[in-house]
Amino acid sequence: MKEISELHLPIDRSYSDDHEWAQKTGDTIRIGVSDYAQDQMGDIVFVEMPEVGDTFAKGDEFGTLESVKAVSEAYIPLSGEIIAINEALEDAPELVNNDPYSNWLVEIRPTVAGEFDKLMSRDQYLAFLQG
Amino acid sequence: MRYLPHTEQEISEMLAVTGHTHLDDLFSHIPDNCRFQDEVDLPGPLTEWALSETFQGLAKRNAAASARAVLLGGGSYSHYIPEIVPSLIKRSEFLTAYTPYQPEMSQGTLQGIFEYQTLTARLLGMEVANASMYDGASALAEALLMTLRIGRRKQTVAVSTAIHPHYREVVKSYLRAGKFNIIELETGSDGRTDTSGLQQIDGLAGVALQSPNFFGVIEDLGNAANDIHGADALFVSCFSEPFAYGILGSPGANGADIVCGEGQSFGMSQSFGGPGLGMFACRKEYQRSLPGRLVGETVDLDGKRGYVLTLSTREQHIRREKATSNICSNQGLCALTAAVYMACLGSTGLRQVAKLNHDKAEYLKKGLMEAGAEELFSGPTFNEFVLNFKFDFGSIREKLLHRGIIAGMELGRLYPALEGAYLFCVTETTSKTVLDEVINEVRP
Repeated sequence: MKEISELHLPIDRSYSDDHEWAQKTGDTIRIGVSDYAQDQMGDIVFVEMPEVGDTFAKGDEFGTLESVKAVSEAYIPLSGEIIAINEALEDAPELVNNDPYSNWLVEIRPTVAGEFDKLMSRDQYLAFLQG
Repeated sequence: MRYLPHTEQEISEMLAVTGHTHLDDLFSHIPDNCRFQDEVDLPGPLTEWALSETFQGLAKRNAAASARAVLLGGGSYSHYIPEIVPSLIKRSEFLTAYTPYQPEMSQGTLQGIFEYQTLTARLLGMEVANASMYDGASALAEALLMTLRIGRRKQTVAVSTAIHPHYREVVKSYLRAGKFNIIELETGSDGRTDTSGLQQIDGLAGVALQSPNFFGVIEDLGNAANDIHGADALFVSCFSEPFAYGILGSPGANGADIVCGEGQSFGMSQSFGGPGLGMFACRKEYQRSLPGRLVGETVDLDGKRGYVLTLSTREQHIRREKATSNICSNQGLCALTAAVYMACLGSTGLRQVAKLNHDKAEYLKKGLMEAGAEELFSGPTFNEFVLNFKFDFGSIREKLLHRGIIAGMELGRLYPALEGAYLFCVTETTSKTVLDEVINEVRP
C-alpha cells in the first residue's frame, strides 16, 4: 500500500471523510473515490451502481465496490439525484484502480445548496489522512 | 477434526478462568420466566434391542415401508437408486466430512461440488449453478428474494397456485418479515398457469411457475417467459421432479432467468420426507445476486487445475447483513449424491428413465380413463396426473391399500376445491403387473 506522501490527490477535487471526491461540471457534480480509497481496497472486481433517477441524502450509501478481499460501501458526499452512472465500470471495474479520478462513479444534480462548499479541499483532506 | 465433549474437569477449569461457579451462571442474563425450569419429559433409556424394536414398530406403521407399489408423487418420488450411489457416498471421506472452513484445503470436496454444479447447470440449461440449498421449497423462496434484490425498488412477486402448496407456505414464511406482496396466479382448464394479466401488476420483480406443476401438468414455459418478460419481471422456473428434463426442453432454453427446485429424485431415498436437495441455477448476468456457496475452477501457480470458493463477497462471513442469503453452507452429501447419480445415468440414461416414467404414467392414465375415470386438466403431463371419478374411488383405493398398493393422493386436503380428485404418480419402479392390477380393480 502507498505511503500517504505517495498518494495522488488532485487540487481540482473536493473530498469527503468517507474518501470520496466530488467535482463540479457545470450544474452537475461528478463523484468518485480517492486514490487512498482505491489503494486501501486493492484490486476492484465489481462496482454496484445505483439507477439513474435515484435520489440520496448526504451520507447515504449509493453503491458498493467489491475488491478481491472485501466489499466497501460508497457513501454519497452530498445530497442529489443520480443523472448518470459510469457504465464503463460495469465491464472494467479495474479502471478505478488505474485512475480513480478520470474514472468517476456517478454524476448527480445536487439538491441541497451549500453542501459542496463544506467538503474538504485537497490540503484539508491530506491533513485529515495524516490524522 | 474431532468433536469431543468437554470433561467435567475442563469445564471447571474454564469456569475458574471466567470467574463463574456454575455453568448456569453463564445464562444468568436470560430472565427466569424465559427459562425452562422443569426436567425435560422424555422416556427413560432403552437397551439397544428394545430401542431398535421400538423404531421398527414405528416404521411398520407407515404403509409405504411395506408397500408393493407407491403411486404417490406430490414432491417426493420413488426412483430406483443404483448401488454405485450408496457405495460411493458412504465413503467416510464424503459421509463424515463437515463443511470446509478452510475450503481450499479440501480439494476433493470442492471438486465434488464443482461437478454437481456443472451437471446441474447443464440439466437446467443455465450458466451458473450454486453448491445447493436445503430443499426445493427454500430454494424457491431464495429465488424470489433474489428477484426482489435484482428488482431493487420492486416489492411484488407472483406465484402460481399450481406450485407445490408446501413450497408456497415456505415462501410466505420467508417473505413475511419484509414489506413484500405475494400475488397468486390461477390455473386454467388445461391446468396451466394463467400469465396473461401480469402487465397490470405494479412493481413486479419476479414470477414463479413450477413445471411439471403440482398437478403434473407441463407448463408452457416459452409462452410464460414472453408474458413475464413483457411485464418487466424475472422468470423463476421451479420443479419438484427434475427427471422431466430428461425428455423436456430445459427451463433455461425456454427463457427462465432463475431455475430452482427439489433434487430428491436424483439418488436420494424418500426417507419419510427428507433430507432433500435445493437445486439452484441462474443466468450469468445475475451471478452476483446468487445466494449460497459457489465453487469455481482455476489453476494454481504451477498451472495445475484447482478449485476455489468464488464470488464469496456475496456471502455472510464477508457481507454480514447485506449478504445475498443467510444460508452459508450447502447440502454437501445430498449434492454429491445427485452428482454421482446424474453422472452414472448420463444424458442417455436420464432420457431413458424419464421416458419410462412418462410411458408408464401414460399407460396407467389411459387404462384408468378407459375404466371410467376422467382427466381433470387437459394439459400434457409427465409422470403425474390428476383424475376425477364419478364413482367412489376412495373405497377402491382402500381395497388396493390392503394389497400393498398406495393408489394416488386425494387433493381435497391441499386444494379444497378439488375434493374427490386424485393425484397419481408412476415412476420406473412400478411394474406393468401392478398398473394392470389397479386398472382392473377400477374397471366396473
